[in-house]
Amino acid sequence: MAADARISGQALRWMMLGEWRARPGRVVLAALAIAVGVALGFAVHLVNLSALDEFGRAIRAVNGEADLQVHATGPAGFDEGLYPKLARASGVAAASPAVELTARIAGGGPGTLTLLGLDILRAAQATPSLLPGDLGGGVVEGQGPFDPDALRLSSAALKASGHRIGDTVVLLAAGRSASFRIVGGLPGVGDSQRVGVIDIAAAQERFGQLGRLQRIDLRLAQGASHDQVAAEVGRLIPIDAEIVTASSEARRSDSLSRAYRVNLEMLAMVALLTGGFLVYSAQSLSVARRRPQFALARVLGLTRRALLAQLFVEGGLVGVIGAGGGILLGLGLADVALRLLGGDLGGGFFSSASRPPLAFAPGAAVVFMGLGLIVALAGSLLPAVEAGRAQPAVALKTAGDATDPRHRPNPWWGAGLLVAGALAALAPPALDLPLFGYAAIALMLAGGVAAMPWLARAMLTPVRRIQNPPPAAALAINRLWGAPGQAAIALCGIVASTSLMVAMAVMVSSFRGSVEDWLVQVLPSDVYIRIQNAETGGLDRQVQQALAATPGVAKIGFRKTTLLRLAPDKPAVTLSATPVDPAHPGLSLPLLGASRAVPAGMTPVWLSEPMARIYDLHPGRTMSLPLNGGARTVFIAGVWRDYARQFGAIAIPEADYTRLTGDTRRTDAAIDLVPGASPAKVIAALRARLPQAEAAQVEFALPREIRAVALRIFDRSFAVTYALEAIAIIVGLTGVAATFSAQTLARTKEFGMLRHVGVLRGQVMAMLAIEGALLGLVGVAAGLSLGVAMSQVLIHVVNPQSFHWTMETKAPLGLFVGLAVALITASAGTAVLAGRSALSSGAVRAVREDW
Amino acid sequence: MRSLRIVLLGLAVMLGAAAAPRQVAPVYPVVKAGPVLSFPRDHGAHPDYRTEWWYVTGWLKTADGQDLGFQVTFFRTRPAVDQANPSAFSPKQILFAHAALSDPKLGRLSHDQRVARQGFGLAEASATDTHIVLDDWTLIRGGDGRYTTHVAGQDFVLDLTLAPSQPPLLQGQAGYSRKGPKPAQASYYYTLPHLKVTGLATRAGKPARVTGEAWLDREWSSTLLDPAAVGWDWTGLNLDDGSALTAFQVRDAAGKVLWAGGSLRAADGTLTHLGPGEVAFATDRRWKSPRTGADYPVGRTLSLKLGGATRAFKLTPLFDDQELDSRRGGGPVYWEGAVRTGGGRGYLELTGYLSPLKM
Repeated sequence: MAADARISGQALRWMMLGEWRARPGRVVLAALAIAVGVALGFAVHLVNLSALDEFGRAIRAVNGEADLQVHATGPAGFDEGLYPKLARASGVAAASPAVELTARIAGGGPGTLTLLGLDILRAAQATPSLLPGDLGGGVVEGQGPFDPDALRLSSAALKASGHRIGDTVVLLAAGRSASFRIVGGLPGVGDSQRVGVIDIAAAQERFGQLGRLQRIDLRLAQGASHDQVAAEVGRLIPIDAEIVTASSEARRSDSLSRAYRVNLEMLAMVALLTGGFLVYSAQSLSVARRRPQFALARVLGLTRRALLAQLFVEGGLVGVIGAGGGILLGLGLADVALRLLGGDLGGGFFSSASRPPLAFAPGAAVVFMGLGLIVALAGSLLPAVEAGRAQPAVALKTAGDATDPRHRPNPWWGAGLLVAGALAALAPPALDLPLFGYAAIALMLAGGVAAMPWLARAMLTPVRRIQNPPPAAALAINRLWGAPGQAAIALCGIVASTSLMVAMAVMVSSFRGSVEDWLVQVLPSDVYIRIQNAETGGLDRQVQQALAATPGVAKIGFRKTTLLRLAPDKPAVTLSATPVDPAHPGLSLPLLGASRAVPAGMTPVWLSEPMARIYDLHPGRTMSLPLNGGARTVFIAGVWRDYARQFGAIAIPEADYTRLTGDTRRTDAAIDLVPGASPAKVIAALRARLPQAEAAQVEFALPREIRAVALRIFDRSFAVTYALEAIAIIVGLTGVAATFSAQTLARTKEFGMLRHVGVLRGQVMAMLAIEGALLGLVGVAAGLSLGVAMSQVLIHVVNPQSFHWTMETKAPLGLFVGLAVALITASAGTAVLAGRSALSSGAVRAVREDW
Repeated sequence: MRSLRIVLLGLAVMLGAAAAPRQVAPVYPVVKAGPVLSFPRDHGAHPDYRTEWWYVTGWLKTADGQDLGFQVTFFRTRPAVDQANPSAFSPKQILFAHAALSDPKLGRLSHDQRVARQGFGLAEASATDTHIVLDDWTLIRGGDGRYTTHVAGQDFVLDLTLAPSQPPLLQGQAGYSRKGPKPAQASYYYTLPHLKVTGLATRAGKPARVTGEAWLDREWSSTLLDPAAVGWDWTGLNLDDGSALTAFQVRDAAGKVLWAGGSLRAADGTLTHLGPGEVAFATDRRWKSPRTGADYPVGRTLSLKLGGATRAFKLTPLFDDQELDSRRGGGPVYWEGAVRTGGGRGYLELTGYLSPLKM
């Protein structure tokens, strides 16, 4: 055993180092492929972790580190009568009421800040980190603690405003504006969060919040049980308020970007998987080329197990180098991505304008490194087993495909995997994620690759029946026919990268096409009006009438858009009061399926597709909405398509909304113009009729501008997807090229033999070109069909399960054609280029030497 | 006339300066001689005036004979904020309370405070009788005229009943008490001396039955002090013969007395008013605070001119360190302590010794 170990140890070193020295490019490429996959996965993870950390800090900063918080379910808040009830609840040491609004500083840039109206005397007891202080910019003397004009800003908000302590600024919030003097800072808030604090009475009066609160922060009495107090508070709060804890906020912020992030992680895993195929093809080729070496070593006493172990160590080393490099690369990528794209990788989920600092995660680094290693080991498993199985005596002589050409490749493994993939696609989401969907894609990919030897033969059968083909073509066809294993190694790279690329491309083009169609459907009017950050305010009846009477306006429909939190651990849904006709809802909503007849006396609502899916609600049933302090039962009449609000939206007839809430203010309007009227002139006339307080927050837009902006946002949020896809394709194609050239170079002896028997050099080149083109064609055909099948999994399983919306398939035919041409040309071209160098170095001599 | 009052007055002055033109500023009634105080109405709050207080100080004795000093004080102030704001949170009235326990065993004060804007039933001061709620602290006058109070601090809890044994003592001219050279520098001021105290004092979680005697000052005003004033000395003494002595002096930056006054009511109800020149505080002994460095004249001899005769009262503190640093809560640093005198006991207040009180 000791001798064995020594032989195997020495053999390992010289065989591996010799091989690597001879073919450094392939090892580097395989390691690089692993590194790219690991790096992408790790980077996406780090960026998201950093963003969530930052989001958590933001929540804590704005919440002032309260022990327990009661938050309104919507921006309209809850009745302030809750405040004394909570203040007196047992176990509550202090209760600090707060008006919380999203505000903008006029002329202070595009960002918003969280504006808190606080009772400073109560905040001192419950949320001391929200108390005023000196940021270093000084405080203005002579101002009392109840000064209604005093505004205190966090350092980030002060910086973003472009103002200094002592300046007077105009704050825009809840559809109103009011001027304040910046009298000091909020040193307890930290450096990255934009927070402003004014007096609670001033906030209620100036921003139309009389009688309403959005938040109550609680400090618990010493020794009080958090759970008991939470239960007591839970009994006291009305329907439009909810208890918020650090963990429910964390879940909410996590669910904001979870689906998007998991999808990115999965894409990274796809890149890693492609890397695994590259390891596989590199190892297969290297095993094939070294078969005589291994046979010699076996004859000299190396055991089969030792050989297997050596090949594993080879693959493992590639994996370790690749994965280690990948972790470093991932750190760098994450840092760059955070700086360029922000914490949500361009997804637009975290509105905070700040760039979160990079958070390192050692546990995740280990996991991703392990994944890289596993993929590399799995990639070298098959070649190792194959090498171990080879008979040393036979292998000593032949270096080619060990498979007997008469042996028929077995289709059952591939078919079995494909069927398993199809079944996995039917499974429901796991942990609210389409994990089975991704498993289906992986199984289908594996099935497709496993079926390649059989499929290649099946596809070549008609070509083989061609009578009297030119000699070069005959040689090429027979060669592919006779060596299905080698063909399959080259093909699996093509199929894997093509199918993944096609699947992603079909999904993205379907999504983009469906969004474009939807945008046309939902924007039928000529001009749109929107008031920014006006969930709690809006245009009053008088202004609405004035706008409706503007010359040039044929029809104006007002809407109110506000937010409702229906569950403490889910993001808020949008409640949209629109002029929808219950008899013909399809005229104003892009309905999916028919709308139900509304039972007499019921208030109808139409749910967006994500809303219906997230909350598992179905037309024909009723649901309860927390409106104006009460639970209102409404009838779900139908479902409509919506790509704008991933967390759900509810459409309710405007008149019913006013009846239920008493709120007659509106935040949006859609305007149809009199034929021939100039949009610019009508917009100017409308603007002139707006009250001064609101004018600054009102935005006018034409449908084509909105469409352009929407598609720009779409493309930005898919930018990372595109980038990952491109990287996967490049890795795949490089792998294909490397495999081809390696295979061609390995066939020097075969070319020598062909030249020896009188085949012309040009005919060998033609043979190689035809071989390459045929392989490319087979690969593209298989890859395209597999890709389209996988795209259906993405469209009908992964997207609905992650983002809760559906779309119509739109195939990018131009891309398909381009891809086919590029791949066939590339494979033929690589084969010819490699063949030229193989033929140049005295092929005949190679034959002579060997025999 | 107490130190914390001055904080709230200062607050009100500052807020007055901050009011913007479009807002409706409050109109504060001026304190004038003439109106007759009526009870129980005037036991209640006078929300129109800028500031007001219910100031209880006294001595307690535990069952095992230990002496304790205590103060329970509730303030009301009306900041100069917009009177037109309909918000229930509008800080039109602020309530503030302070409680301290002088325990010679501890050698320093235990104290705590509460502050809130009035409203929502959490902080209320009735305008019909003494009925003040400030979170978990209360001072309530019952139908039988007895006061009950509950104050709970970090280190102590007081649950006391204060029973009047004498009619209200109207300071100054029938309750109109001047505090400076100008007639408007005055307050409405009455006192309930010789309140009989029973109840519980809880220290370190251990309740102890206590009995004792206390003093309630009631005062409300809109403009109290002369702008040159930096601080004052005040004392209220329950004398063993049933008489009650009040004396105060207002000092300027140079230590010169700007105004002084007081009263002596004999057990039979005979009331003698004291004006400037009839009250003098001499210093016997000083104590320097190791924490703040303030130098307080804690040992005093009070001299009163009573109809040609002079009567002197030597004041000796229960212990020296009865300094109260309320700067963390936005208040001043001052000395407020239980004092003994020959044939009586009471409280002495010394303000403006660390830095001039800003007005």
